[in-house]
Amino acid sequence: MAVCVAVIAKENYPLYIRSVPTENELKFHYMVHTSLDVVDEKISAMGKALVDQRELYLGLLYPTEDYKVYGYVTNSKVKFVMVVDSSNTALRDNEIRSMFRKLHNSYTDVMCNPFYNPGDRIQSRQRVEGQVSSLNWTVSLCRAFDSMVTSMMIQVC
Amino acid sequence: MADEALFLLLHNELVSGVYKSAEQGEVENGRCITKLENMGFRVGQGLIERFTKDTARFKDELDIMKFICKDFWTTVFKKQIDNLRTNHQYLAFTCGLIRGGLSNLGIKSIVTAEVSSMPACKFQVMIQKS
Repeated sequence: MAVCVAVIAKENYPLYIRSVPTENELKFHYMVHTSLDVVDEKISAMGKALVDQRELYLGLLYPTEDYKVYGYVTNSKVKFVMVVDSSNTALRDNEIRSMFRKLHNSYTDVMCNPFYNPGDRIQSRQRVEGQVSSLNWTVSLCRAFDSMVTSMMIQVC
Repeated sequence: MADEALFLLLHNELVSGVYKSAEQGEVENGRCITKLENMGFRVGQGLIERFTKDTARFKDELDIMKFICKDFWTTVFKKQIDNLRTNHQYLAFTCGLIRGGLSNLGIKSIVTAEVSSMPACKFQVMIQKS
């Protein structure tokens, strides 16, 4: 069960960040921010190391006493960071991988939405009266992204 | 993949639509090519996102260029390469496509096209070193 999911753009600003609302959200934002350094380290280490690690999934970035942070970087340099509760029975690596896969698929769909400008925040806007129906498409696609993240926070998928 | 005829028809209408709105004095002539190129740019970005979803991570620029030259090119162009026209209007979208794809992979470039002998078309990609 993820407690926080974040999508970070190539220029290292957040495109989407969402955490379980009962907790202190700022703490998660800070964790995601610090994990960016670890992500950069891993990517540059891959370039120099002779290990042929060509995967997009980065694995466990760093553990804290309560949480574990996992990372994933796409080929377009967009980073996904997921914070998971350690107290739960340890999630297997495969499960985390599949969660990232789903996130990537949803992100690709958002990217292919012609009404989405790359670099904008991914948010499902409220319907405003009198707006063109084109907004409905954006709303529904970002809502799909949102609901996918919600499902990841409720249960492992 | 969908039938390529759909895109060809759409592309035709796209070009004539942009030029028609230019005739009515809304934009100056040179801007039509830019408009078409920018449309291609956005589509290229989306295409790259879809194609690189399942490929391994690119280690360096060489990897990126290899991917573009082989996978991306054959997927996008294998179906279309017989149908290029001499008029640059029709090439603007395609140039934008390539530029968008490269840009999403982190490479800033300028793409121009020239047709010296039909049916061949040369794309010149100038990469800006940062």
